[in-house]
Amino acid sequence: MALFSKQNKEVFTNPLNLDHPILGQVLGICSALAVTSQLKPAIVMGLAVTVITAFANVIISIIRNTIPNRIRIVVQLVVVAALVTIVSQILKAFAYDVSVQLSVYVGLIITNCILMGRLEAFAMQNKPWPSFLDGVGNGLGYAMILVIVGAVRELLGRGSLLGFQIIPDACYDFGYVNNGMMTMPAMALILVGCVIWVHRAYFYKEK
Amino acid sequence: MKLNTNSNSYIIIYSAILVVIVAFLLAFVYQALKPMQDANVALDVKKQILYSLNIRDLDGAAAEAKYAEVVKNVGTSGDMKVYECVVDGESVKVVSLKGMGLWGGISGYLAIHGEETPTVYGAYFNHESETAGLGAEIKDSQAWQEKFIGKKIYGDDGNIALSVVKKVDDPTTQVDCVTGATLTSNGVNDMIKECLKHVNGHVGSFTDEVDTVYVDDTINSEEE
Repeated sequence: MALFSKQNKEVFTNPLNLDHPILGQVLGICSALAVTSQLKPAIVMGLAVTVITAFANVIISIIRNTIPNRIRIVVQLVVVAALVTIVSQILKAFAYDVSVQLSVYVGLIITNCILMGRLEAFAMQNKPWPSFLDGVGNGLGYAMILVIVGAVRELLGRGSLLGFQIIPDACYDFGYVNNGMMTMPAMALILVGCVIWVHRAYFYKEK
Repeated sequence: MKLNTNSNSYIIIYSAILVVIVAFLLAFVYQALKPMQDANVALDVKKQILYSLNIRDLDGAAAEAKYAEVVKNVGTSGDMKVYECVVDGESVKVVSLKGMGLWGGISGYLAIHGEETPTVYGAYFNHESETAGLGAEIKDSQAWQEKFIGKKIYGDDGNIALSVVKKVDDPTTQVDCVTGATLTSNGVNDMIKECLKHVNGHVGSFTDEVDTVYVDDTINSEEE
């Protein structure tokens, strides 16, 4: 089977479009709300979830035929928990300030429904390579929303992107005020809602 | 040979092997990354001390260098630490604070200057798990931390008067608490009261002399 056959391409692009994990399946909302008040932790969180989903998918897919059916969820959890712990340790060593910002949410990737969902629904039935693509696709789909929401919230809530001031001082002199509401988790929910609205309006029409 | 993956013995052996592999893997990763993580934590402490001295824009090696330049001596007494610093030619003492917030531990550094009437030079607070946007403001809001600057530590009666209160009666010693975060603010208040108790009237020398490695005369002679 070719590496990028039509089937594999679909496996990769589906979660980015119609079958999007957050927008289509509405999974992984809680962490999407919590870590998106600024762009940088949102990007790191998106990457972490992408890496973990991809590798957990591959590992589970490789050992899928040996996993006893009765404890398959336990095995999946052990694999995910190990990967998350490793990523969390790496973050502490190489990006300490980000790991402090993300605090408990790195650990909570273990309970992110996207991961368990993909392992159970895809990796248990498919070969390693498509599973890898599926993991990367879903992870990137998740990261995409985090980045969109994170960018809007940081721009409107703090007037900056990635810590660099975007809105010039002149605007503040004319009475522009940062919207403090944007830094609260409630606004992330509303923003995700808006993105879901746009997404559904577009894809349902196409269908 | 086709294994029966549903037999009890297979499940037990399978899970045992899996857990052992994962345990070794995690132990290895933890050991390999430990030195770097420790270095990060140490740097973070140094940055927090610099924050309390109102030096907030440094990172990495620059913070490391500034810390070495500013901090002259460290005195300890149990968990408490006093850092003797010289900032712009002035002697400042940074006292480490530890206390309880609403959901978890809070900590901080209080920089104090002035020999006759000790006043706050700067403050920095940190927390483990206070509510974002409310209790977490003690760490996130630089403006709130700057409210401490210039407050006197002791009242006219010689007792510790520096406090965080809902209604400010005496603006020379009291700081307005964070709106919507009364319990966290009370925690900061108690933390300051409790930790400054160990520091007697002459700020920076401990009442508990046993563990103190700090020698008071050195810093004074440097000033003269």
